[in-house]
Amino acid sequence: MTGLGNRAINPGLEWRAAVWRKVKRSLPYYALILIPLIILLVFKYYPMYGVTLAFKDYKVSQKIAGSPWTEPLFRHFTRFLTAPSAVRVITNTFTISLYSLLASFPIPILLAIGLNELRSNRLKKTVQLITYMPYFISTVVLVSMIIQFTDLSYGFVNQVIKAFGGQPVNFMGNKDYFRHIYVWTSVWQTTGYSAVVYLAALSGVDQELYDAAVVDGASKVKRILHIDLPSIAPTIIILFILNTGSILSVGFEKIYLMQNNTNLSVSEVISTYVYRMGLVNQNYSYSTAVGLFNAVVNCTMLLLCNAIARRVSDVGLW
Amino acid sequence: MHRTKMIKRRNRLRQSKGDRVFDAITLVLLLLFAAIVAYPLIYVVSASLSSTDAVISGSVWLLPVEPNLEAYKAVFTNASILSGYKNAFIYTAGSTILTLIMTVLCGFSLSRKDFYGRSIFSTLILFTMFFSGGLIPTYLLIKDLGMLDTIWPMILPNAVWPWFIILARTYMANSIPEEMYESANLDGCSVFGMLWYITLPLSGAILAVVALYCAVGNWNSYFDAFIYLSKPNMQPLQVVLRNILILNSMDIGQVADLRNMATRQGMTNLLKYAIIVVSSAPLLILYPFVQKYFVKGVMIGSIKG
Repeated sequence: MTGLGNRAINPGLEWRAAVWRKVKRSLPYYALILIPLIILLVFKYYPMYGVTLAFKDYKVSQKIAGSPWTEPLFRHFTRFLTAPSAVRVITNTFTISLYSLLASFPIPILLAIGLNELRSNRLKKTVQLITYMPYFISTVVLVSMIIQFTDLSYGFVNQVIKAFGGQPVNFMGNKDYFRHIYVWTSVWQTTGYSAVVYLAALSGVDQELYDAAVVDGASKVKRILHIDLPSIAPTIIILFILNTGSILSVGFEKIYLMQNNTNLSVSEVISTYVYRMGLVNQNYSYSTAVGLFNAVVNCTMLLLCNAIARRVSDVGLW
Repeated sequence: MHRTKMIKRRNRLRQSKGDRVFDAITLVLLLLFAAIVAYPLIYVVSASLSSTDAVISGSVWLLPVEPNLEAYKAVFTNASILSGYKNAFIYTAGSTILTLIMTVLCGFSLSRKDFYGRSIFSTLILFTMFFSGGLIPTYLLIKDLGMLDTIWPMILPNAVWPWFIILARTYMANSIPEEMYESANLDGCSVFGMLWYITLPLSGAILAVVALYCAVGNWNSYFDAFIYLSKPNMQPLQVVLRNILILNSMDIGQVADLRNMATRQGMTNLLKYAIIVVSSAPLLILYPFVQKYFVKGVMIGSIKG
């Protein structure tokens, strides 16, 4: 009775003691995680504080903390969103990203289903090995291969065109080709890699389902439509969410290397614009604002797509 | 009994005509796709082994024409490529080792249920996947720390990589039985002892996956070096390659006696093919042997993204 009374009187004390015991027992874990945590705080979280730069006018002598706030607070953002170049940059980013998504999303699924249908295991392994290979080529090498192959006089693409009696085409010097080259060379590079995750999902399909379908007289096409596709649907949805979430981000590396003066009007995307404004023109605050705008849009898109997927099919990232 | 039934069933259910046509079309499409993927790679290798004249005249289409190793001799005596190789090796090794250590520390801690407050740490780590300070704040930080033109921005900022930590945590939590930790605990083994004697020896496969992804990513990327390193003698291979292959800043004067513009142009082309081969070869040769680890990484990753 007294014990119960004590507990009722001092619940906070007991709770604190329990927490303290748990913390004490976890001390070795805190020691282990200390260094990673410091790296994370310094190199990832401190720059998040640095995002305040987007609302300030950066003065080199006063660092980020001492620089004055802008008047009005969102000046850099309004400047970006009302500039004619912004419309172009956002449109370019969105177009390239959407085109990439539409072209490079379905092909790995088809490749995985095709590989799964092959009965010869050796052939399956060989095709997989070959298609996976370009993933290991660096962006610099990929872009230089594009430039080499499309060279006006010595590139092999133009040599083929000439051999068939056509006029050589300056592929890299014409902005109309830029998007197609960018997207389809990416398809070339990543299809094999992207197919692996679907192959993994397909290998988990219960063999008995196929057997039952065969007994029922289902053709191969029907088995793919009614067994394979539903089995990998969750994987497809999750990857689609991830890809759609990044619809307003085009990676810097490849597009920057492919840029030249003739295609800049279609090839300038947010990431390269942030780089050019920030590190080339030293316009730190403005560039940070553009980057922040992009990060917020991406985060929102991801949350939105996830919510839609949850509602529609019960599959979501979290 | 069961077996005979199976055999009977297999005999009874011959493939229908439609299925055989479908198989044939699938096979043709797959082979065609493999050929499209492989052809540019084969072409680069063949061109790099051919003579200047053959490359200019366009007579190379599959196999090397007038094979010789001239271009490779020139590449292997090029000082900037060799120093790029050396730097890339140092950065890749440093970054991979550090990332592995961080991944083990975080992965192990986060996989343990008796780690009080692990959800806070896990959120702290995962959050960096979705939001980052961006280019300029990070650049200003590196600059203020005096790390420009040092090895540190190449290995430190990304050492705690959330995706690797999720992989390691998932693997450690699912494939190492809790009973092992319990009995070790009864025997008076400390947390550090568990990490050292139980988790590490049993996590070889996942650490190989992380090391490979990390090494390939580092070897092939140029962005960080491009932003943070401006001294030529600090630059890794990919930045050197960008200068030579894309910005066309190559001094080939000393390479061969160049009679005229066309030969010069041809030699530049040939050298570029050879450089592409030399820079990509280490990974492409290594890749068939490590492919299973990459596939494994994707499989573990897909259990819980």
